[in-house]
Amino acid sequence: MTTPCYDEMREPDGTVRPAYDGYRQWLEAQPPGLLKRKGVEAEAFFRRTGITFNVYGAADAEERLIPFDPVPRIITASQWRKLSRGIDQRVRALNAFLHDLYHRQEIVRAGRLPERLLQGNAAYLPQMAGFTPPGGVYTHIVGIDLVRTGEDDFMVLEDNARTPSGVSYMLENRETMMAMFPELFTRVRVREVSDYPRRLARSLAACAPAAFAGDKPTVAVLTPGIYNSAYFEHAFLADQMGAELVEGSDLKVEGGRVAMRTTRGWQPVDVIYRRVDDEYLDPLSFNPDSVLGVAGIMDVYRAGGITIANAPGTGISDDKAIYSFMPEIVEFYTGEKPILPNVPTWRCSEPDALAYVLDNLAELVVKEVHGSGGYGMLIGPTSSKKEIATFAAKLRARPDNYIAQPTLSLSTVPIFTKAGLAPRHVDLRPFVLVSPHGIDITPGGLTRVALKKGSLVVNSSQGGGTKDSWVLDD
Amino acid sequence: MLGRSANGIFWLFRYLERAENTVRLIEAGFRMALTRDSGAASEEWRSVLITLGMQHAYAARHGDDVTGAHVFNFVLRDRDNPASVMAMIEAARTNARMVRTGITREVWEAVNESWMKLREIFARPVTETRLRDVLDAVRRQATQVRGAIESTMLRNDIYHFAGIGTFVERADNTARILDVKYYVLLPSLSAVGSSLDNVQWENVLRSVAGERAYRWLNAGQMDPRGIASFLILDQRFPRSLAFCYAQLQANMGFLANEYGFETEAHAIYQSGYGRLSALTIEAIFEQGLHQFIGEFLACNNRLAQQIQRDYRFVE
Amino acid sequence: MRLAIDHATTYHFAGPIRRGLQRLRLTPLASRGQSVIAWDIECDGAAFECGYDDEYANRVTLVSLTPGTREVTIRAHGLVETRDEAGVVGRHSGYLPLWHFTRDTPLTVRGERIAALVAGLDIGASGDQLATLHALTERVRAAVVYTLGASDVATTAEAALLAGRGVCQDQAHVFIAAARALGIPARYVSGYLLIDGRAEQEAGHGWAEGFVDGLGWIGFDVANAICPDDRYVRVAAGRDYRDAAPVKGLTSTVTPAEGAEPQSDALSIALSVQAVATA
Repeated sequence: MTTPCYDEMREPDGTVRPAYDGYRQWLEAQPPGLLKRKGVEAEAFFRRTGITFNVYGAADAEERLIPFDPVPRIITASQWRKLSRGIDQRVRALNAFLHDLYHRQEIVRAGRLPERLLQGNAAYLPQMAGFTPPGGVYTHIVGIDLVRTGEDDFMVLEDNARTPSGVSYMLENRETMMAMFPELFTRVRVREVSDYPRRLARSLAACAPAAFAGDKPTVAVLTPGIYNSAYFEHAFLADQMGAELVEGSDLKVEGGRVAMRTTRGWQPVDVIYRRVDDEYLDPLSFNPDSVLGVAGIMDVYRAGGITIANAPGTGISDDKAIYSFMPEIVEFYTGEKPILPNVPTWRCSEPDALAYVLDNLAELVVKEVHGSGGYGMLIGPTSSKKEIATFAAKLRARPDNYIAQPTLSLSTVPIFTKAGLAPRHVDLRPFVLVSPHGIDITPGGLTRVALKKGSLVVNSSQGGGTKDSWVLDD
Repeated sequence: MLGRSANGIFWLFRYLERAENTVRLIEAGFRMALTRDSGAASEEWRSVLITLGMQHAYAARHGDDVTGAHVFNFVLRDRDNPASVMAMIEAARTNARMVRTGITREVWEAVNESWMKLREIFARPVTETRLRDVLDAVRRQATQVRGAIESTMLRNDIYHFAGIGTFVERADNTARILDVKYYVLLPSLSAVGSSLDNVQWENVLRSVAGERAYRWLNAGQMDPRGIASFLILDQRFPRSLAFCYAQLQANMGFLANEYGFETEAHAIYQSGYGRLSALTIEAIFEQGLHQFIGEFLACNNRLAQQIQRDYRFVE
Repeated sequence: MRLAIDHATTYHFAGPIRRGLQRLRLTPLASRGQSVIAWDIECDGAAFECGYDDEYANRVTLVSLTPGTREVTIRAHGLVETRDEAGVVGRHSGYLPLWHFTRDTPLTVRGERIAALVAGLDIGASGDQLATLHALTERVRAAVVYTLGASDVATTAEAALLAGRGVCQDQAHVFIAAARALGIPARYVSGYLLIDGRAEQEAGHGWAEGFVDGLGWIGFDVANAICPDDRYVRVAAGRDYRDAAPVKGLTSTVTPAEGAEPQSDALSIALSVQAVATA
């Protein structure tokens, strides 16, 4: 925690970096109190539009807002070009990796990935073995979580290959910024993100099963329902794509297809963008008690009657134990050196690594291999001796359940506080679409920001907020 | 559109309509109670509860103690009352969230904002002093939602399912008021012309927001036949049964046209509306007002259920 | 040998069907030791939805039950030409890695009884896996005595060992769990068996296969203490019975009216396996 972290807006001597120059000029010309007033406006706006977020495990099902900070996070065109190449490469590798895992597992045969990582891994779905999804696409939508530690130092913290969420915040944040500061966008040229839903619809349609790809394929968004934490996003995307927002109870297998119950009768669906976890997708194949999915959808899927996005079983590729092998994976499938590095990671399943991690717990971040959202993790530097001791016991009991990473000095971007602009740690989740036509990366993504001073936890469930993320036009 | 969405839209608009009508009923009851002694006022509130079908739930909460503040708090905001106005607004919003993709942003925001405003208003007990403001607020919110619908929604099947929900509910509500108050409108030799009757008649009109319209159309002439005819058969009045059914005809006609087929609900509708348009007020009184209303309510209910079946609201 | 098989299952549901699906694994495919001359599935009260090959390379047929009906019959029938290969099915095919067949499943969880059963059977460095599996067959046969009616489709290997009785399915599950305890990949097979003098049978048959280095998959029928020969027809395979079950269904029926006599679902099976002359 002693290394100074990279401030994305200012040089160490306080001068504003080129990326933020246009913004600074605009800001200096604004009347004092503007940001504060706009912040209040934004909150009222979000409440009215219903952009809310249910926090898992919160005592009441009260809808909460993810705080929005009105200072943009800015990335230059050239930085973005490099990032895009790295993301593109990584996503290509992820899809090739998934295809291989569910077919010959050449990477295991070649000795580049230990078989034990797959054995007993619940994210590996035998039901997918020997099956190739329509168009060969596994991860139709990917979110790559990036952190930054220097001018050109971006690292991948996590791959989200199941059902990455948050894209609605990316879109709404931009809408909000444009509504609040219209003249700012005439001064600084920022690349567009608002066509994401259209691109998503096009990308999904391009993945329709070959037999039904002819005329306009029917796309539907499958949601667990209005009590799901991301329901707003499901409704938002369906609305923006012009797709039906369906629940499991709206669907059934009919005529060898998955069909939805409409006021005119049962209508077949070609592509289902599901926001329901694998386990609940098909009571005939997975959890028999699930009422969120569709009985028989896996049969129709394997018979070629529907596209499921993302494909079931993609979770194996964003497993944290697999993550540590991503550099090897990228090289194995692309034949290239990884453009984006991983965060250095110790696999606690390896005795030497475990010993090191146990000796240095106070300096490290330890994560559960299958956990998500910042639950079940230890952040050494901010934990008490007692917390560390408790965690060490858990670690010794099940070392292969954990990985450890150094506490990174994440870059900061200013947020608006009562005392004026103040730097806070951020990460970035760009959203990537995959179809047989190629890989499509929306410029920017979702910037999550730790609102507490010094905090490194950006998760919205743990007090994080979001920012509009700008990629500057050339 | 999805059957479930049609169901959500249908109920969203039934709940909104019911909330608004409930508020009018409270308003009329309050006004009536102000001008009566406590025994008669209590009777008036009891009849409000009966019209809303809440007499048993209320008795379970307050027993025989039927007083204004208890009644309107129970009807408006009591957590133990699953049919309170707040509960309906809540249900309307839940349905709106469910059909979020079927309504415009403006409609969603209007519903969501109503919910936020009313939740705040109903967070503390409503006093007699505050009642009028509260009722005004509910009505204003309803008007705002309706405005958003009319000015932003596509005239497609979603819009027409919204109409069906609205007018099935409204016809039901108007008929219920008539059902509970029919005796006031029966020509009775002894009380004709007495001031009490005039007040009662006016109150019936007020519970459907029709007192001004009626006076305007009938030059202040108050007579039971005229009022019954106005509420049942006058297509100019937006809360009459005939108006509701003319609207339903347009809504259901659109669906038949758009989908290319008629359903059993259309047949039920034909028999219902056919009867309504062929009737005169003389014939209704001859048949018996009470019996007519009873049959109308049953038919309206059958129509609603058949629509839900025909358009696959549920499997 | 040419075998004629006719297998009809009739379901009687307690109430009219509201919605129902059945996943059928009732189609034998060609493999070493068998070729299919003709095969057909017919349904009464159900409609074909789709067909595909699953992760174990079994042919699967999904049918939906006709709403409103209370009785459904699924009939699979055809002719299969078989050869005696002394139980050898051969090399591992499909895309599931072999380790997949060494992992516990709910029906084959290894507990202390499985551990006790395999005690002393360790193969050792130069050990003979084939001999071990034959020895295991004998042990299982003694530990779980073939008895009808002592178990059901949900009985686990440990429970069957505890009871000491069971049918072919239980014996196969115990064999599979034990083989895995020895580090040998094992799987469950469902199919048909020609029984001398008993053309009409009450149920299909089930046995196990173990993977022996060099030879590949080899069948072991504990119930009959032999390796499958030309009287056996393989239909489906998987980690346990649930993966290979001839029928897996999910049905909801209309709730009976209040006061109506409660009824339960029932099924009856008519199966005949006969040797027929080749044309």
